[in-house]
Amino acid sequence: MTHLTKVALLLGVLALAACSTSADRFGTDPSGGFGADGIASSGIGDPTSAGYFQQQVGDRVLFVVDTSDLTPQAQDTLRGQAQFLMSNAGYTAIIEGHADERGTREYNIALGARRATAVQDFLVSQGVAPNRLRTVSYGKERPLEVCSVESCYAQNRRAVTVLGAGVGS
Amino acid sequence: MMLFRILALVVCGLAAPIYAQDGPLRIEITEGVIEPLPIAVAPFVAETPSAASFANDISQVIGEDLAGTGLFRQISQSAFISQVSSFEAPVQYADWKAINAQGLVTGAVGVSADGRLTVKFRLFDVFSEGPLGDGLQFAGTTADWRRIAHKVADQVYSRITGEGGYFDSRVVFVRESGPKNARQKQVAAMDYDGENLQPLTDASAIVLAPRFSPQGDRILFTSYETGFPQIYEMNVSTLTRRALDVPAETMTFAPRYAPDGQTVVFSLAEGGNTDIYKLDLASNRRTRLTATPSIETAPSFSPDGTRIVFESDRSGTQQLYVMNADGSNPQRISFGQGRYGTPVWSPRGDLIAFTKQNEGRFHIGVIRTDGSEERLLTASFLDEGPTWSPNGRVIMFTRETAGADGAPALFSVDISGRNLRRVPIPGAASDPAWSPLLP
Repeated sequence: MTHLTKVALLLGVLALAACSTSADRFGTDPSGGFGADGIASSGIGDPTSAGYFQQQVGDRVLFVVDTSDLTPQAQDTLRGQAQFLMSNAGYTAIIEGHADERGTREYNIALGARRATAVQDFLVSQGVAPNRLRTVSYGKERPLEVCSVESCYAQNRRAVTVLGAGVGS
Repeated sequence: MMLFRILALVVCGLAAPIYAQDGPLRIEITEGVIEPLPIAVAPFVAETPSAASFANDISQVIGEDLAGTGLFRQISQSAFISQVSSFEAPVQYADWKAINAQGLVTGAVGVSADGRLTVKFRLFDVFSEGPLGDGLQFAGTTADWRRIAHKVADQVYSRITGEGGYFDSRVVFVRESGPKNARQKQVAAMDYDGENLQPLTDASAIVLAPRFSPQGDRILFTSYETGFPQIYEMNVSTLTRRALDVPAETMTFAPRYAPDGQTVVFSLAEGGNTDIYKLDLASNRRTRLTATPSIETAPSFSPDGTRIVFESDRSGTQQLYVMNADGSNPQRISFGQGRYGTPVWSPRGDLIAFTKQNEGRFHIGVIRTDGSEERLLTASFLDEGPTWSPNGRVIMFTRETAGADGAPALFSVDISGRNLRRVPIPGAASDPAWSPLLP
């Protein structure tokens, strides 16, 4: 990456940080963790933007109950994610694994870790450098949907790829 | 702020007024008490003017402790025929028999000029017409009045049931607030009955599952303050804390102390695989105890420190296993319908409490350590995370309600499945862990 691109990217990040964060992967994040530093969705027309990644490429995949297997649909999404990450080498990513509320707390953290790693492994298999990716599990601590029926649970059993700036920066 | 004020409790035996003879006043908890034992707690006598309000409050807490077990029924003071106006006056047994009080607690409270509180009590077996055990005197500061009341109640409970007490204890837990998709959490501590609530962390990061050390002086908990789940140890007197020494780029959670208080057993997730490790706190030496591609988590030591119960999905679903403390010889102990998790070894060593998920319901249950005699104690939309009272007779756990407005609360139940109660604290709460009986 040229110095100029780096600066452009940095400016972009700063601009995005000024927007109100939609952070819809788990609502308003009070954890002070990486979630709070996630990049807002905007500029979705720009195919190098985090907004484009989130909305056009698709930043998340969903899982069947108590599994970490990637469905064919999930694999399609992840191929798109891999392509984006390889075309936009300035980004790093944290893959956040989540579970629905129908499990015990510790197990769900372990299950979320499995899901995040399944995504990481797939992205790496598609050519993304492993050192650009990290995983974290939130277990059932950060549901996206709050109802207690399957339609919500299905949205909560997810792994979300959250972009960050600056590999090696 | 100190979690446990150092209670310079002076315990003295008092001369028995008549003769010390153990009567037949007795509850066998294990047989499942259906009919609570009627007991009268006479208002404690104030021996100094400034002791009056303490005397009243202390008798009330003793009565609430005993009645709260479900084993005792407190007889209303309005039914009393005798009034106890002097601690040394002879007991009018006929008056207490007439209202069917089987046990009678009398006491006296004094406050010295320098703020020292002394509490004396005696327990009488009304139908045998004699004291049950010796009179005792506790001394502390006035700020400790609740603890002293709990200590008296522990004595009464213990003498009648033959079991250790559990009232003079603390519970560490997670206080929750805010909407379900952005819940704020903080570690907090309280007396077993919800009083003296004290926050131990702020709510700036997700925190999970605090656990007491066997001495009650420290806690372990998991916090996301770095963005990743990591285990911290906190001194509950000074509130100073440190992160446990674990490899970078890993997630660590589900910690518990070994009975020696110097070893921590926990889960570590690396490369998507969660296994159980042991960490020596003094040397930071880490030992891996399980090495399978399945999920191994929620480890809990046996009270003698020789074995560890944990959950694993190595069979395809979450089940309970017991292994030696060095990780050898894992044996599955749960074979019923459904999934089993969060096992916790009873401080008595005889039972393991667990969470069970079956047919869309969650249960708290107990099982013998060899896997026999499984019993479910509760059922709801979501019950999880049992913790044992110091005497191994009561279990506290998290019960969460369903829906967008669903929230967790702390409940307790005794090991016969009776006396289900909500712990009366304001707001939402989860992940309780009981302290040992305080010194």
